Amino acid sequence: MTITAPLEVDLPAGGQDVTPDRPWIVVVWNDPVNLMSYVTFVFQKLFGYSRDKATRLMLDVHHKGKAAVSSGPRERAELDVARLHEHGLWATMEHPA
Amino acid sequence: MNLGRRHFSRDRQGRYRPELSGQERTLLAALPTQAMELMEQKDASTRRLFPTAYPDDAQAEEEYRTLMGDSLVAHHRRALETLAEGASAQALSLEELEGWMGGLEVLRLMLGTRLEVREDMEWIDPDDPRAPELAVYAWLSLLQEEVTEALADALAGTPGDPDR
Repeated sequence: MTITAPLEVDLPAGGQDVTPDRPWIVVVWNDPVNLMSYVTFVFQKLFGYSRDKATRLMLDVHHKGKAAVSSGPRERAELDVARLHEHGLWATMEHPA
Repeated sequence: MNLGRRHFSRDRQGRYRPELSGQERTLLAALPTQAMELMEQKDASTRRLFPTAYPDDAQAEEEYRTLMGDSLVAHHRRALETLAEGASAQALSLEELEGWMGGLEVLRLMLGTRLEVREDMEWIDPDDPRAPELAVYAWLSLLQEEVTEALADALAGTPGDPDR
């Protein structure tokens, strides 16, 4: 891919408000159906987390009612949510201020 | 139904042998068909199969549904089909066992939603009108637990896996 671009760009005046993209957070919520072992396995399989990390996240879901399991740009987060939904987990995404 | 033994042993080829009675296999073949019919009818019990991705943003949620809805339906259907087709199998590959896990997940989500199961349900009251279905639910849970255990062992490459 070739992109022709001027070597010098006039930056808009007062361009100080270029905040870095805030990441989206993928949250998994506790539910009465999913088995603890199953939730741990899904975290390992989908995100490549170690058994320890996956277990820790699962226990957060179980005891605190939810856990943030991944974060990133919106497209990435949406894909993670979709994969979690395919595996039956109750996942949502949020964009905290 | 025998709750005292493991239902999935590995043979020398590393395949998983479901040790299930004829009655159990009949049930495993029949339940996915019923589940697919309920999905088709958009029955209330299928609600948990399609969670909300954007609880605070109706428009984003609508877009997510449009983008992902069909593939999510297809994914759940495939899992149910794999389970129904494998119900008579004498040996399963790792991939087929993963399909079973997905099929069992769909069945448990639907049945659990319909029966309004709670986390603290440790035993089944025989006088509960839901008792027969709760027994099926408990059996599906046991199977899924064992399938998950086998897949987790394979993922870790532990001695449960004779190939490594």
